[in-house]
Amino acid sequence: MYENLWLIPFFPLLGSIINGLFGKKIRNEKIIGGIGTAAIVASFLVSCTYFFRLLDDSEKVHQKVLISWMKVGNLNLDWGFLLDPLSALMIMIITGVGSLIHLYSVGYMHGEDGFYRYFSYLNLFCFSMLMLVLGNNAMVMFLGWEGVGLCSYLLIGYYFQKKSAGDAAKKAFVVNRVGDFGFLLGIFTLFWTLGTNHGIWTLNFVEISEHGHLLGTGGVVTLITLCFFLGATGKSAQIPLYTWLPDAMEGPTPVSALIHAATMVTAGVYMIGRMNGLFAAAPDTMMVIAVVGAATAIFAASIGLVQNDIKRVLAYSTVSQLGFMFMAMGVGAFTAGVFHLMTHAFFKACLFLGSGSVIHALSGEQDMRYMGGLKKHMPYTWITFLVSTLAIAGIPGLAGFFSKDEILWWSFASNLGSGWIWLVGALAAGMTAFYMFRLVFMTFYGKERITDHARHHLHESPFVITLPLMILALLALIGGYVGVPAILGGSNHIHHYLEPVFGQAVERYGIATGHYSHALEYGLMSVSVGIALVGIFLAYTLYIKRPELPAQLAERFQGLYRAILNKWYVDELYDVLFVNSTKRLGTFLWKSFDVLIVDGIVNGAGKLTRGVSRAMRYSQTGFVHNYAFTMVIGVVLALAIFAFRH
Amino acid sequence: MITLNHYLVLSAILFSLGTLGVLTRRNAIVIFMSVELMLNAVNLSFITFSSFLGNLDGQVFVFFVMAVAAAEAAVGLALMIAFHRNKDSIDVEEFNLLKW
Repeated sequence: MYENLWLIPFFPLLGSIINGLFGKKIRNEKIIGGIGTAAIVASFLVSCTYFFRLLDDSEKVHQKVLISWMKVGNLNLDWGFLLDPLSALMIMIITGVGSLIHLYSVGYMHGEDGFYRYFSYLNLFCFSMLMLVLGNNAMVMFLGWEGVGLCSYLLIGYYFQKKSAGDAAKKAFVVNRVGDFGFLLGIFTLFWTLGTNHGIWTLNFVEISEHGHLLGTGGVVTLITLCFFLGATGKSAQIPLYTWLPDAMEGPTPVSALIHAATMVTAGVYMIGRMNGLFAAAPDTMMVIAVVGAATAIFAASIGLVQNDIKRVLAYSTVSQLGFMFMAMGVGAFTAGVFHLMTHAFFKACLFLGSGSVIHALSGEQDMRYMGGLKKHMPYTWITFLVSTLAIAGIPGLAGFFSKDEILWWSFASNLGSGWIWLVGALAAGMTAFYMFRLVFMTFYGKERITDHARHHLHESPFVITLPLMILALLALIGGYVGVPAILGGSNHIHHYLEPVFGQAVERYGIATGHYSHALEYGLMSVSVGIALVGIFLAYTLYIKRPELPAQLAERFQGLYRAILNKWYVDELYDVLFVNSTKRLGTFLWKSFDVLIVDGIVNGAGKLTRGVSRAMRYSQTGFVHNYAFTMVIGVVLALAIFAFRH
Repeated sequence: MITLNHYLVLSAILFSLGTLGVLTRRNAIVIFMSVELMLNAVNLSFITFSSFLGNLDGQVFVFFVMAVAAAEAAVGLALMIAFHRNKDSIDVEEFNLLKW
């Protein structure tokens, strides 16, 4: 029934290999782009088939093992795939949004030198991400986990001739690696404790959900889940490992849309969802997750308030929205977290692609201070951008409202949540509305501040770019209706859909919203909408009605303004704490150890040989009598030994 | 009485004298003569044992040794002629080009 699950990651892998090996020779952009896009679209079609088949199936968990990977002692790993409602949803998002972005890239990357390289890497990324979500054991997931990190590095460093791009790529990879270290420790600890204490040696997710409760609810589970969460902070850019994401904007804009908005950064959220049984058993870890998520949400939102680069604002917005998702997972609202993952993929991808359209039209201008009034020049881009911004701000009716509201409600009402988390979340939501509308007003409305150079090729983008924008905007518009909560008259389809994945843990560990009145729920909902509207109004005042105000405010609160403009100096702090000492250690190991000792030993061996031979060569006198004498001595010695032995 | 030991000592003395000649003399022809002396000393040993043990094998081996000595002398003299053509001398102390 689910025999061909392996085709889903296989098509992009095949596309990547073909484009990678032969792309340079093919040279025809349409063929290269066609192969890349066709690969992911094929994956999408297969994913659709299985998604709908799963909807009708009464059995919701299906595994398909291709072949054994390794059998070492107690470790039994397979190349296996797992299809359940959660992974089915993920593959739809990845392949669906991925297909749109591939199509967009054909237009956006037109004329680039490494066109084939881009599509090869993008397909490779899709392969890795699909392996991550479809893997039926932690090692296949880890393979995908590492793979997306690698492809992120390759794609951020796509314009490798620019030093800043190379640096950003390295930063992304190294910071990710710190997280991966945590992930690995989690895998090891889980395998070891489940094995030695309970005799169950497995990394298979189905078996972990079945037997994970044996680990209890104490220190061991907390340790394991904290290690995994460290991995999630790296991959999904939470405090403390978020610093790579804003720098990752050095990569091409479609890359930012796919990897750093819709897919790779959601891997952490998916991982928690996949192992929800373990996390639910560790309330301490859940609290850490919720607090870190809330803190990241408001911290990143604060930085996004004053950034001038359009992509930076969106990057910090992504970090902040990911904070929301983790906030949801941390208070036990797993469905809400995954729901927000889905809606965020739609509107954030649309926003990034829209910003790409703007940058493309302005011949590379990314500073919003030199934009303005683009509404009449780029109507399609403007309208899709506006729809997505309304969605992210949480305006009722659009997708973002339903998902964000559910998160905020659960932060308040869950037995793992608290009013404080709700408050931080609500404030962050208000800031989100503000800075997103600031972005819209500065870019599309108001006076035109465009430079002459940028004005040259100012035009609405071609259809191949605007079509994905329109599709994503439509999804941002209607995507939320799968999760309309009960109090608004809906039946929250997505909650029932994900019930088989999360239901067991939620029930076993008693995660629930307390008994609050409907009035309170409506009240909180109105408060969050109200805060969003206040944010929009503030943005309107500061950037349309009285545009001289922002500069005046920056003057009055100079210290604070400079602190947030400089990202709260976190990068500088990390430099002092970690980077400089590592560089010094590296230099020391290089100069004192590698050059002195290792090279010393190698060169020393050579010098020793030279020295010995310089002494030994004097035995070659060229004098025949000496040689004859040596022979006689030898014979005498041999005879002597022979005589005295016997 | 002339015992076995007398012959063997004689053979040893002749061998040593031959070795001394090889190691000490400079003239190549004299060195060859010393080598012949060494070979003949060994021949004496062989015949002695053949006589005292009543076995003819020793005497047969002497024939082999003499044949080898003859061949070696021929080759050696040819070698010396070649040297002489180059250096106009057969002093072995002058043949020292293969030194360090």
